[in-house]
Amino acid sequence: MFTITNKEKLADKVYLFEVNAPRIAKKAEPGQFVIVRQAENSERIPLTIADFDRKNNSITLVVLETGYSTSQMAKLTTGNSFLDIAGPLGHPSEIPSGETVLMVAGGLGIAPVFPIARKLKNAGNKVISIIGARNKDLLFWQDRMGKVSDELLVATDDGSLGHKGFVTDLVVDKIKNKNIDRVFAIGPGVMMNAVARVVPEEIELTVSLNALMVDGTGMCGGCRVSVGGETKFTCVDGPEFNGHKVDFEEFLMRHKIYKNEEEHICKLGKDLS
Amino acid sequence: MSKKTPEIMHKQNTSARSKNFKEVALGYTEEQAINEANRCLKCKKPLCVEGCPVRVQIPEFIKLIEDRKYVEAAYKIKETNSLPAVCGRVCPQEDQCEKTCILSKKGDPIRIGYLERFAADELEKSGEKTEEIVPSKQGKVAVIGSGPAGLTCAVDLAKLGYPVKILEAFHDTGGVLRYGIPEFRLPKHIVKNEVEYIKKLGIEIELNCVVGATVSIEDLRNEGYRAFFIGVGAGTPRFMNIPGENLNGVYSANEFLTRVNLMKAYDFPNSATPIKRGNHVAVVGGGNVAMDSARSALRLGAEKVDIIYRRSRVEMPARIEEIENAEEEGIEFHLLTNPKRIIGNKDNWVTGIECYRMELGEPDDSGRRRPVVVHGSEFIIDLDTVIIAIGNDANPLLTNRIEGLELNKWGNIVADENGKTSVPGMYAGGDIVTGAATVIEAMGAGRNSANTIAKYLDGLSE
Ligand SMILES: Cc1cc2nc3c(=O)[nH]c(=O)nc-3n(C[C@H](O)[C@H](O)[C@H](O)COP(=O)(O)OP(=O)(O)OC[C@H]3O[C@@H](n4cnc5c(N)ncnc54)[C@H](O)[C@@H]3O)c2cc1C
Ligand code: FES
Repeated sequence: MFTITNKEKLADKVYLFEVNAPRIAKKAEPGQFVIVRQAENSERIPLTIADFDRKNNSITLVVLETGYSTSQMAKLTTGNSFLDIAGPLGHPSEIPSGETVLMVAGGLGIAPVFPIARKLKNAGNKVISIIGARNKDLLFWQDRMGKVSDELLVATDDGSLGHKGFVTDLVVDKIKNKNIDRVFAIGPGVMMNAVARVVPEEIELTVSLNALMVDGTGMCGGCRVSVGGETKFTCVDGPEFNGHKVDFEEFLMRHKIYKNEEEHICKLGKDLS
Repeated sequence: MSKKTPEIMHKQNTSARSKNFKEVALGYTEEQAINEANRCLKCKKPLCVEGCPVRVQIPEFIKLIEDRKYVEAAYKIKETNSLPAVCGRVCPQEDQCEKTCILSKKGDPIRIGYLERFAADELEKSGEKTEEIVPSKQGKVAVIGSGPAGLTCAVDLAKLGYPVKILEAFHDTGGVLRYGIPEFRLPKHIVKNEVEYIKKLGIEIELNCVVGATVSIEDLRNEGYRAFFIGVGAGTPRFMNIPGENLNGVYSANEFLTRVNLMKAYDFPNSATPIKRGNHVAVVGGGNVAMDSARSALRLGAEKVDIIYRRSRVEMPARIEEIENAEEEGIEFHLLTNPKRIIGNKDNWVTGIECYRMELGEPDDSGRRRPVVVHGSEFIIDLDTVIIAIGNDANPLLTNRIEGLELNKWGNIVADENGKTSVPGMYAGGDIVTGAATVIEAMGAGRNSANTIAKYLDGLSE
């Protein structure tokens, strides 16, 4: 049992959970994830580690209510618990030093981007961050992102905050005007794909893939993706990959494998037992 | 006068069983068990025992059944085999004890497996007595992985008086017994009972602990563990490296079976884990894993299930009983057939598989005749689901993070028959050492390692 010590609503349909998980808190590094099973009949789903506090034995998870499992999680409150959490899984982010790094976060992607940006900043990099969402109610952690960035830019599709338009507009602009050594892009698949299209091959691009998973330890292969023509397992070979090489078309379609089942179980709307 | 022919195992009829996940083989009645036990010649030099990897005292337990001492019979088996209810169901007896049984010369060996299962089920009904064991010896042992190898090693060490803890990556115990072998062949209440028994012995189990990620061996040493047993199984699925393997609707057997068994996807939406219920499913492979996948797909509602296997029927590694069960249930076998590519539509969904016909050529390293492609023989099977069951490789997640641990070229841990590895105090057994093998061999390795670990620890405290 992993007890929730704090729950906050960060934005529309976005919730933060601080969870007591001593072993994971001790080991977690930016870029890694955990597999969570909420209750006896729940799925195992991957969630990125948005933060960790080694002293307080806690990790922070940020959940966007998108489907059945995440909407069940959204109902949990401080004092409740998750039945199972396994991790930290996947490779930690590769952290350079002395570079100018552009961080691009779309929607929920802000959560995983934050600890990476913080570590980059602490390692002596210049960090420029671009965060975006459909509208300002879906944005969160501008303050936290501001603290770990030399420059923070905001984009919303409807213009309710910052630049009106996509994060990619700002990416193109920054790449043109600054000497960017490296880009991290984390968010919905469509957004990462769009960023991959505008970042030139010469600039290193890292994306973090939220593939469908079961075990998260390399034993099922359900999380496979094509990277540079080779099949990789997202959970153990990633979750971060060279964004120039990921076959996003396949990745996006594999994401829809259980679309019908998801609609069905959501419609039933039953609670987990 | 005892009967000449073996007692047959009653099964659920084929039309009913191919729609449910309940156990297929119904078990012997008391009368059948006694009749079968009567057939045993109780040889002075029992050849059956030599065929058993853990040397179960077969004539002795069969005699106890004959005397209607069923629970005693089960305890007799348990002296050397801690999981008789499992082994009675899934051991390949036809290649082991029943093969060497003197009566097998005439084609009718004693059905030792069925008798083993009978005794174990009687013990379950009567309720097994257990008492907590208070460790009397020095030296904490960490057993990594809770498959048959790990469970056996832990129980034996506890019985020898050592404090033991099992660390398991998944949220539940049992390894392949839990997530691989389906309910209709090995009901999960049996695995549950075994684990309850282990807990009652006082063995601690930590779930959700991926050793190598959640904790390192170094961390465990700092927590006071003096010896380690690695029983992490044959962890990572092989694919064929042909076009189309990443199409939607293509599964590894590991993923398919884990969704069905561990995550109970057959009970969706009561269980939240989904699975694609294909109408026409093909399973590539010829082992137990392939049979289990095919028969599970059928039970999920498929109209047609095919097995695609590149050699001929005699080379199929699956147990004969399971091949026969699959055939009875209407699964079609495409033998001497091998996939060339998997075909999909524009939405990335699988629609067919193109295969070659094969013929058998010269024998290969395994002594089996090597299948070779018949050129120009390609044909297409239309389908909506493909399950790939062509074996596993060693999962490097833990083994690559242990300094000095010798691995062979396939990534399996190099260990001798007593489980000893290249790292002092570290022992290993089961599929991670041998590659995919059997439950009984994994148990045997767990037992041997427990004995060596005991000697090692006693040496430390001298
Ligand atoms: C579908 C299927 C059908 C089979 N049918 C038969 C049959 O009929 N008869 C037969 O004899 N054999 C059969 N086998 C083979 C048999 O199940 C295996 O040989 C046996 O289970 C191996 O036991 P093990 O203890 O070595 O590993 P496993 O049973 O694989 O257990 C390993 C355990 O270690 C855990 N683990 C892995 N990595 C870590 C880590 N880093 N940290 C902590 N824990 C970890 C795993 O989660 C797992 O629980 C079958 C196998 C499959 C897959
Ligand atoms: S989630 Fe199973 S291998 Fe990656």
